[in-house]
Amino acid sequence: MATPAIIIEQALKETPQPHRTREKITLNDLEKRLLNEYQKGLPLTPTPFADIAAKLGTSEALVLKIIDRLQALGVISRVGPVFKPKRVGASTLAAMAIPEEKLEKVAGMISAYAEVNHNYEREDNYNLWFVVTAPNQQRLDAVLEEMEQQTGYKILYLPLEKQFHIDLGFPLWC
Amino acid sequence: MVLSDQDYRLIAEIQGGLPLTSHPYAEIGRRIGLDEKSVIERIDAMQSSGVIKRLGIVVRHHELGYTANAMVVWDVPDHRIDEVGEKLGALDCITLCYQRPRRLPDWPYNLFCMIHGQEREKVLAYIDKLVNSEGLDDIPHKVLFSGRRFKQRGARYQ
Repeated sequence: MATPAIIIEQALKETPQPHRTREKITLNDLEKRLLNEYQKGLPLTPTPFADIAAKLGTSEALVLKIIDRLQALGVISRVGPVFKPKRVGASTLAAMAIPEEKLEKVAGMISAYAEVNHNYEREDNYNLWFVVTAPNQQRLDAVLEEMEQQTGYKILYLPLEKQFHIDLGFPLWC
Repeated sequence: MVLSDQDYRLIAEIQGGLPLTSHPYAEIGRRIGLDEKSVIERIDAMQSSGVIKRLGIVVRHHELGYTANAMVVWDVPDHRIDEVGEKLGALDCITLCYQRPRRLPDWPYNLFCMIHGQEREKVLAYIDKLVNSEGLDDIPHKVLFSGRRFKQRGARYQ
């Protein structure tokens, strides 16, 4: 007779090896409920996964198996905390309007800055959007100026003024 | 909230994810010399004070086919910014809603929302619907879908 811990271990061993897939992943109803209901509010109890399982009407072993499988598929990055961005320091959203044929090159220049953590193309005249973070406003200004000089394009400087909603994940019916 | 050295050790231990075991908080505690009860209490305190925004399953929606990522920008009259911002920010499928400065004449938009969906047409239909339901017909807006991701790095806590 296997103990619960061993059952969980075996369940975890049966999951596929980590790989990234390009195919669209379809979730069953239990998996959807798990992801919709527990992007926040993981129970702060000694046995959070057993408590989730009880709510969803299933077993702890299956909850852990699902999480492990979806993590291997890259659908779940982790079960853990999302921290509020640090208040110290200065950051901003920034945008540039770059001719299409130069976009990749300029994007590469911007991504090369350690101060940049997100850098996206968007479909607009302003087609390059990125977030710059620095230890203080002075350094932020200097980085933005350096970027303008290096690339030869003007930056639209769009710092946060007021926040109406913070990212708490979103349900899968969106 | 002032974080102690012990809190930073706790943060370092949990930021990559909780161990997927029956007693994850006890396991974390074993690694940093805290008992289970204290681990739970400290995480709870960090959540109440807002250091931790949320604790749960961090989903990569992109991998589930949520590739139609739209930034919707609005040119909201200044006196209506709070009303409109709060309305939009409260909607389920809007994940971010920020006020930012206008940069005239190049950029008249002062409210930025993020909407994710699986298909572009559905996202556009959702926006049309909310323009009607929230009474935003008279507020100019523009939808910027995302294209290539040149760099994406999650912010790490130190």
